[in-house]
Parts: sequence; structure tokens; C-alpha cells
Amino acid sequence: MSYLEYTVKSVPTGLRKIFYLNWPLVLLLTAVAGTGFLMLYSVAGGGYGPWAEPQMKRFAIGLVLMIGVGLVPIWLWRNLAGVAYGISIALLIAVEFFGSIGMGAQRWIDLGFMRLQPSELTKITLVMFLAAYYDWLPAKKTSRPLWVLLPLLIIVVPTALVLKQPDLGTAILLLAAGGGLMFLAGVHWAYFATVLAAGIGLVTTVFKSRGTSWQMLQDYQFRRIDTFLDPSSDPLGAGYHITQSKIALGSGGWTGRGFMQGTQSRLNFLPEKHTDFIFTTLAEEFGFVGGVSLLTLYALIIVFCVVSAVMNKDRFASLLTLGIALNFFLFFAVNMSMVMGLAPVVGVPLPLVSYGGSAMLVLLLAFGLVQSAHVHRPR
Amino acid sequence: MRRSRAETDASHVKLSRRAALLGGAQLLFMGGLAARMRYLQVDQADQFRLLAEENRINIRLIPPKRGEIFDRNGVQLAQNVPSYRIVIVREDAGDVEDVLSRLATLIDLTPEQTESALAELNRSAPFLPVTIAEDVSWDAVSAVSVNAPALPGVSPEVGSTRVYPRGSDFAHVVGRVGRVSQKDLDALEDPDAVLRIPRFQIGKINVEAREEALLRGFAGTKQVEVNATGRVMRELARREGQSGADLQLTLDAKLQNYVQARLSGESAAVVIIDCEKGDVLANASAPSYDPNLFIGGISSKNYDPLLNSEYRPLVNKTVQGAYPPGSTFKMMTAMAAIEEGIIGPDETVYCPGHLEVGGRRFHCWKRAGHGWVDLENSLKKSCDVYYYDLALKVGIEKISAMAQRFGLGIRHDLPLSSVNSGLTPTKDWKLRQRGESWVIGDTVNASIGQGFMLASPLQLAVMTARIATGRDVTPRIVKSVNGVEEPVLGNGSLNMNEQNLRRMRRAMNAVVNDRRGTAYRSRIIAEGMRMAGKTGTSQVRSAVVNNNEVPWEQRDHALFVSFAPYDAPRYACAVLVEHGGGGSTAAAPIARDVMLQALYEGEPPLDAYPTADRGRIETQQKQLRDVPPQARINKGKDQA
Repeated sequence: MSYLEYTVKSVPTGLRKIFYLNWPLVLLLTAVAGTGFLMLYSVAGGGYGPWAEPQMKRFAIGLVLMIGVGLVPIWLWRNLAGVAYGISIALLIAVEFFGSIGMGAQRWIDLGFMRLQPSELTKITLVMFLAAYYDWLPAKKTSRPLWVLLPLLIIVVPTALVLKQPDLGTAILLLAAGGGLMFLAGVHWAYFATVLAAGIGLVTTVFKSRGTSWQMLQDYQFRRIDTFLDPSSDPLGAGYHITQSKIALGSGGWTGRGFMQGTQSRLNFLPEKHTDFIFTTLAEEFGFVGGVSLLTLYALIIVFCVVSAVMNKDRFASLLTLGIALNFFLFFAVNMSMVMGLAPVVGVPLPLVSYGGSAMLVLLLAFGLVQSAHVHRPR
Repeated sequence: MRRSRAETDASHVKLSRRAALLGGAQLLFMGGLAARMRYLQVDQADQFRLLAEENRINIRLIPPKRGEIFDRNGVQLAQNVPSYRIVIVREDAGDVEDVLSRLATLIDLTPEQTESALAELNRSAPFLPVTIAEDVSWDAVSAVSVNAPALPGVSPEVGSTRVYPRGSDFAHVVGRVGRVSQKDLDALEDPDAVLRIPRFQIGKINVEAREEALLRGFAGTKQVEVNATGRVMRELARREGQSGADLQLTLDAKLQNYVQARLSGESAAVVIIDCEKGDVLANASAPSYDPNLFIGGISSKNYDPLLNSEYRPLVNKTVQGAYPPGSTFKMMTAMAAIEEGIIGPDETVYCPGHLEVGGRRFHCWKRAGHGWVDLENSLKKSCDVYYYDLALKVGIEKISAMAQRFGLGIRHDLPLSSVNSGLTPTKDWKLRQRGESWVIGDTVNASIGQGFMLASPLQLAVMTARIATGRDVTPRIVKSVNGVEEPVLGNGSLNMNEQNLRRMRRAMNAVVNDRRGTAYRSRIIAEGMRMAGKTGTSQVRSAVVNNNEVPWEQRDHALFVSFAPYDAPRYACAVLVEHGGGGSTAAAPIARDVMLQALYEGEPPLDAYPTADRGRIETQQKQLRDVPPQARINKGKDQA
């Protein structure tokens, strides 16, 4: 069923749409963001500056933007999907030339009022574009090689650009999200099996390339993988982050050391305590109970999205919602695995909790799309 | 494009199925995360909490306050004073080079200091203070403080350093401290952690070194919370250390000062001990040096002259030096013979000016001979043949055994560096050490304190005190520790025939107070203060030549031992003047001066001296009067 066949009467119009927003989802997002404010307040040693306050302001703006996006009809977003994808590819290329250097990687463009990370934006536009593609593509063609190759190209182009920045974490997320969407759209199992086999082959090759002239990853990336496999090999160097993170997390115990009592994060033993490693602070101060609570909030967000998607008969809206939920999941899953010593340190923030403007704004915009899909679903 | 309802429904069902599949996988993964969290936070919590404590708590040492040293009257000999240094903190300074160049206009900074500070700044963490200049004056500190706004990151810091207010007077007693060197650390089996504190000072020689355990005290600790880079966030707990013990020495700063000054220009040593308790009142070795020069590390400009001087200012001659005691040893030979009953004090020996022993002729210093001499006469005139004769009769073993009872050849364990035990030779010793058997000529030489016989000025002073009292006076230089009096050692009787001892003292009295005594010119005429003693001249070379005709380093050592007052001995004194010539001319006058200074506890009245000497003494007193200690060092150094 396409948007043209909607029984337009049943879709709410005007400001009445506000009542039809997915309010439980808004509440969950706010709860997660609130946890973030609390932690940013704590790692600043009990102060609204320098992190908690800007983060709150950004969340407020993001929330308004989200509702704004949610009120715009979903078919408009579908029509804009191609353009949005094109713009993000252009920005990714631009960042190669005009991007600023931060943490050893070219990642953002300074727009004056904010720093734009095109790779963040790409996570959403890629999902949008793929959803639009599969909405357009007749279902029976989904698994034909040519029609599988096309979305692959759509995924690989931005992934390659992000990898060049170099931002391994985001590249993996893009690849995973794109692949996930293809899976949801119904691409045949055999393709995934093939890719999996090829992937294993590729990883082997990448490791073989180490130290040769055609080395495929940066040295720091190799080292991170090394220390992931054996953090104790370099406790004060590359393995330091993971070791300290585990110490902080583990010392939290059942109920944690109490709000603002986390010594490891407050005393700077934790690296990037306000961004990538903020979960450790939470786990140290609120313990297992606190960590599982946040995990539950995340799980509920995923569940609400999946339910909303399954209820939605509009293929684009459904795919988009699932894609964004998958993206969100990948974000926190990778981050948490990282701080718990289950994945290499790749520099992925904890969504809505870590300090960072552009990531939060992009995420809330994405949830705006989810809201739009929810409000404008066929009834 | 239109699609059939059936087609869209079918694709939606497939989508929903896959959505459920993927959603399920996601939830499964989250379950895995929760399980991992449980493992880390619940199962392994104790282990990680322990690691976290180690992460944040750091134990820092608080250096203890070093004990101070005083003389017997409470005059400070070694004190701790605040020392100022200028430090800079990189993260507060901003442009370090700019700040340093501004600082250089305010205080004296050598380019080397600036350079080394810059090098260290680049090496160390940005919040750690780096020393730019050490031991700066108070003026420099105020200059920095006043100009603080223009010097971000620069601040004066106060530490503690050792100062010896009496300058060179006590270098050979109190000694000095210095930075802990690698050598110091290597020498210790388990060095106290406090030694690793930068700029920590430990005793290097003499009392400062030997009483290190008492003076150092114990370090306190403070637990501080640090962050990952080592910056101190706050202090958690503090355990105060224990200051080192204050020491009071038996020395008298005023007397020591006088003696050291009296010796200036000579290479000499004087020990004055209290006959009753064995307290060392003065322990002077000339020339001396200023220990303050050594504290921050001495420059070679200052050090080389000290090291290369033939007067050996770095050597404490009172205990480190071992000299042939010469004629001052004659009392020992006589005591051995008399106590053995081989000869009575009144029995006489004929001195023809030499004695033939084993085909070799041993001369008396007076070639013409002394004729018939008894104990008193032989000592008074320092006849050698009398003692040759006695020694041949009593034998070296008895003589050395007697000498040891009087404190020669044994090590008096004062807390000074390199205390020499001297030597009272025996037949066994020569065989063991030299691989040669004892010959009769060795006994003859030993009888007048020549040959193998060696003694330090301290030992000679102890010997004299024992003769004067008949008790085994044992020297000590630490009077009290933290106000608690140290025990007086060895006050038992020597178990000698008191009659014999009295004869010996009478003979020594004659040496000084008899018109024909060798030290008559150095007598004291004040009633109740009369001095008894014995001159000594120990040969440095074998040929008998007039001392004035040979270079300084070949001249004889002059010695004099004495005690006073004769009737009720209070002080015993030994004087050694290296290469001074005759004991009666070079050593005895010094002994009289210092003895009077001790007896009168200050400058003696002129009428204690014989009339003929008073003019000369008056000039000398004027010269030595109230010269501050520091000025005396320089005078001594010029002459050295």
C-alpha cells in the first residue's frame, strides 16, 4: 500500500497530530537523556558546566525539532530521501577537504553555531534512502542480483568515505545498519551467508596486510585490536582505557558507590569520561542496578519502535522505523561492549547520554522520522 | 505504481517476521550485555574495588625534621634553617620562556639554570613544580613575591637545610650533611624510603654521619588522593613522623673556638678532655674548613685547595691521625717497669749519651749524656737512655700491655669518622703483619715512642687523664640526647699502685715546673692552676739534623701532653703540631694557652703567665679576642 491509497480522513491533520505522537517513546527518550544529564553533572564534579547545561539545551532544541519533524507527513520525507542521501555524500566528500582535525581524524565541519559530523547524518540518510529504495522496488525483485548490487553500492560509498576519515567505528555501524535494512527488506538468506564468508576472508586479509606497503588499517586501529584481544599486553598504553574502564565498572558492585562518589571517573582515571566512557561512570556510581536500568530503557525504546513498525502497513515507514531502531541499537550495543571490554575501543558514543551535540541532534531528528511514521501510518 | 493488496500484505508479513527476528536478536544481545555487567559488577566486584583503591590512593612521605646539635652550654652547632628555592609550574606559566626571561631580570639566573629548568619542564608533567634556582636569598624571594602578577606559575618554595653557625670550628666534630648520593644508597642494605625524597640530606661525616640514626628521625606519611596523571586532589590522612633527636655535645663552643683560632696557621691538633667524666671539651684540628660550603655540593674551586693542601684540612688529625708519640710515651715505659717492680722510682740509671744494644748504638738526644738519672730526672730532662734500659729489662709485651691499660692502641669509639686505633706493637703483631721477627732494637725504639708505636692525639689525652686520675677515663662527646644524659663510661680504677702514679705525676710536674724541665718556659704560675706534662718530639726522618735546615714536611712532629691543676686534675690535654719541631717550643706553649683558657673558662688573667711572657701573651690575646668564627676560617685558609 502506498501513500496515495491512504484513507486520508483517518490520518490526523493539523496540530491534532500532536496527540497521536508516540508519547511513550518520547518519555523513554527523555528518561535516557535525563540519565545523561545526571552523569554529566557528576563527572564535572557536581556542576552544570561544562557539560550538563549545554547538553540540556541541546536536548530541548532536539526535542522540539523531533516533534517538528514528526508533524511533517512521512511521504514528504520519503520523497526527500534521495536528496538527503545525496547531500550527506557531498558533505562526506567536503569534510575530506574542509574538515577540521579532531582526535586524529577529520570528522566534522565547523558551521559556526555547531560542529556538523556528516558521518552522523549519513547514518540516518542511508537508512532513509534504502527504505525508500525498497519501498519503490517490487517485492519479487528484492533478491535478484542486480537489485541487490544497487543497495550494496548505496551502502559502500558512504562507508568507504567514512573509513577514509578515518572513523572505523562509524564505518562499521553504517555497514551493519545498511546490511540490517537489506535483511529486513527481505533479501535472500544466501546473500548474507556469502557476505559473512567473504567478511571472514576480508578480516583475515586485513590482518595479513599489517606491516606491508598495502596496509589497510591505520596503525592505531591495529593496536586497538591488539589490545582488545589482550589488554594486559600494554596496561599503561593502548590497553589503559579498557583496563581502567573495567576497574571503574567493576568497582561499582550491586548498587554502586552512590551519586558523585565514583572515584575513578572523578579523578580522571577514566579516559573521555564525558563522552565514550560515560557508561562506566554510571555503572560505577549506580552499580549493576543502574546499568541494567539504563539497558532496560534502551530495550524498551527498541521494543516500542519494533511494535510501531510492525503495526505500520506503509513499507517505507516500517523499514525506516526499524532501520533507525537498529542504528540506535548498534550505537549503544557497540559502546557498551567497548566499555565492558567485549569490543575494541572504536569511539562510538552512548546515544543520548554521551556529551556531544551533533550526535544527539541527529538522533532526535531520526526519532522525529519515527514519530512521523507513527503519526501518519495508514489506519 | 500500484500494487495488489495481496502482494503488499505478503511483503508486510515477511517484513514483520524479519523485524521480529532482528528485534529478538537485539534483545538477546542486550541480555548478553546484562550478563557481562553482572559478571564484572557482582562476581568480580571485590577484585575491581581493590584495584580502584590502589588507583586513587598514593602514599607520600613527609621528611622528618633533623635533630639539631648543641654544645655543652646550649650553643647551637648545627641548625635547620628554611631555604628558599624558586619553582615554576608549566601549566600556570603559559609561555615559559617569556616568564623565565622576565624572572632573569629580577633575580640572578645563569643561562645554565634557565636551560636546565627548560629541559626539565619539557620532561615533567605540566602541573609538577620544577626548580629554577636553589638556596636563593630572601631578597630574591621578596622580588618574586612582589612581582607575582608578572610571573605566572613562578613561586618561592620553602624547604629546610642544614647550617653550621660556628663555621669551621666544628667541621671536625659535628661534620656535615649532604644530599643522598647513589653511593650512600648502595651502601645500605635496605635504604629508608625517606632517603629517596629529592633534596633529602643525610650526615656525611663525623657526628652528623655517625649519629645519623638518632638525628634523622622517622618520616611521616600522608595519604593523598591522586588522579590518573598523579596530580594531588586532596589529602586523605596524615601520620606525623618523628623529628630527629637533638644532641648536646660535651664540647664547649667557646673553648673550641679559641683552640681552633690558636692553632691557625699550623697543621696541628688539640684534644682537651675532662678528667672526671671523660667529656671531650675541645677537639680541634687545624686547618679546618667551612662545612657550609659542602651542603649544596661544593665547587671544585673551593674543593681542590682543601684536597691538595699539604696541611690536609679535610683530615681530623685528633682521631684520624696516628703519630709516633715520641717522648710522651716515656711514662708508659716507666709505668711498665715500676709496676713490675723492675726498678724503683728512686733507683738510678747511668746515661753516657748512648746505649749499645745488639751491636748497635742508640743515642740519647743529649750526646754528652745525663749522668746518673732517676725517674723524675729522666722525665724532666727527657733522657732517652734511662728508658732504653728500662725497656730492655721489662720487654715490649709488658710495655704494650701497660700502654693499652692507659688507652693507647685501642679504639675509643667516639661518633667521629675514621677513628684510628693507633698501634702498640707486640712480637706477635710484627710477625703477623710484617712477617718479620721482633728484634731488640724495636723494643728500644718503642720505649721512647718511636718505631712502630703510634697514637692519636685523642689517645694521648686519654692516657694523660688516666695518669692524672688513676681511673680508666673514657672519652665521650655526646652529652645528652633529647635532654637525656648519656652514661659516663668507664670510671673504674686502673688498679695501679697509687704510689707509683703519684711519683709519675710528680715527675711530670717537674717537666713543666722545674727550672731544668723541658717545658719550664711554658709553666703556669697561677696558684692552684699549675700544669704538669711531658714534651715529645717524634722523628719523621732518621738522620739527626737541625730542624731549621730541612723542608717543612721533613721536620719533627712536636707533641705535648699535660694535665692541670697538678694537685687536683681537672683537664687533660694533648697537643700535636705536625712538623712543628720540638715539643717544648712548638707544642707546650699552645697547651698552656688552651689549658688556661679551659681552667678560667675564658680568657685567663695575664698573671697566670710568667712575667717574661706577659707582653707577648697580651698581644696574642688581643689578636685572638672576639674574632668571629667565620673570619677565622678565612685566616686559616690563607695561611694553609
